[in-house]
Amino acid sequence: MIPVLNASGCLDALTAPDVARTLDAYVTKTVTPLPREGNPPPRIAETDVGMLNSIGLANPGIDAFLGEHLPRLAGLGIPIWVSAGGFSAADYAHVCSLLDTRAEVDTIELNLSCPNVDAPEEDALAIVAAARAATVKPLYAKLSPALPNLPGTAAAVAAAGADGLTLVNTLRGLALDPATLRPRLAAGIGGLSGPALRPVALAAVYACARAVDLPIVGVGGVACGRDALELVAAGASAVAVGTALFADPGVPGRIRAELAVLRGRVPDPGV
Amino acid sequence: MRRERRRVERADDVGPYRLLRLERDGLDAGEPGQFFMLEAPGRLLPRPLSVCLATPAELAFLIDPVGPGTRPLAALAPGDAIHLLGPLGRGFRLDVERPLLVGGGIGIAPLPYLSARLGGPPALLGFRTAGHAEAAALLPGAEVVIDPVLVTDALPSGHDVLACGPEPMLRALTAIYPDAQLAWEAPMACGYGACYGCAVELDGRLQRLCIEGPVVAARRVTGASTMRAGR
Repeated sequence: MIPVLNASGCLDALTAPDVARTLDAYVTKTVTPLPREGNPPPRIAETDVGMLNSIGLANPGIDAFLGEHLPRLAGLGIPIWVSAGGFSAADYAHVCSLLDTRAEVDTIELNLSCPNVDAPEEDALAIVAAARAATVKPLYAKLSPALPNLPGTAAAVAAAGADGLTLVNTLRGLALDPATLRPRLAAGIGGLSGPALRPVALAAVYACARAVDLPIVGVGGVACGRDALELVAAGASAVAVGTALFADPGVPGRIRAELAVLRGRVPDPGV
Repeated sequence: MRRERRRVERADDVGPYRLLRLERDGLDAGEPGQFFMLEAPGRLLPRPLSVCLATPAELAFLIDPVGPGTRPLAALAPGDAIHLLGPLGRGFRLDVERPLLVGGGIGIAPLPYLSARLGGPPALLGFRTAGHAEAAALLPGAEVVIDPVLVTDALPSGHDVLACGPEPMLRALTAIYPDAQLAWEAPMACGYGACYGCAVELDGRLQRLCIEGPVVAARRVTGASTMRAGR
């Protein structure tokens, strides 16, 4: 049984609770210390090979999240993974220390790779170490496939105390308006998701599974059971669905049904 | 929340637009102004389209084939089938005393269904060209103006305005009728609050149009230009 999650930022469980309940765990949109409105619109654009977004970590901030959102999310009856973000190691540690006190939180996923905001000055290792010191909850590090040495970073965050990896976040991309040749997103560049990201995610999972002994959530262009099975064969122990949820909120159930058929025919990858 | 799959019953040219009629087969049409996400054949993301006509047998959507999603939708033929999700969002409030429907261009799309639900109130439509104005046949009895005459040139007073159209028209209506109900559009990946792509500035902060709208009170729209519909 391969757990199926949503990719952070690709489902609002409070507006679509019936969809969230079809998941094995719900991953929240990234929560930062302070509220963020996000980037100006337009902030999505479809391309021929995927989708660009430049949402920019819109979220209510950790205080409103803990006070208003988390109690309602707990009512869903599924494990809640909270995606934590920030602009310094201290930001991540602050968010993690507050999440640490809440029984509703199953796991914390550190968003170390948002392509739409300025990256924190510290590297992934320093952020994971700061977060590790702030919480005893399971910590997953979500990494960018654009890192120059992804398996090396995976090994470093493992040594810093990460309990798992989420691979991958989006890649930076640009789409131009066909008439004006100007960027279609107000922010210019956005994060590319969808089918184009699938081979990238497979390669990242494949490389990191050989570098570290941590569970890996595979994310990137998963739209069917075959896609999920391939990520598991490459080394993932769970998969998360992102862009495919936008086109079909029933995709988690369909992936499970297709996996059930496939696993009768395909040798168990035995990861 | 589940996608349904429905067959195309008919598809008719209406001026430069295409009226796509899907078998209804138990689908809830929702309130006028609500929308469905229609699978755009060959594309990654579905497209948001408001219900144009709702009969016991069919739901119809008016399509302006101007982009990579709307073109394959307009090319669908009887017997083809697509997925759709809906009804979604918030539509028009129907508890108005003196309704006047105002449409601009493809913004006529939700008005035939709205007119049917309101018992055929007066309507005013504006179009770019006489060719586009052929779509006025969808709303018999409507007054029609053609560019350079604008709907705001022909607008009577003392009505409850319910409108859909291009952003400049909606902005101009807001100045005259701050209580108007306006159907806006924005690029949407999902239509059900998941993607946060359709954010528009309402009440001074960015909010999801698919959840708050697409029909919102004119005075709530506080932001600068935000509309760039998914095509």
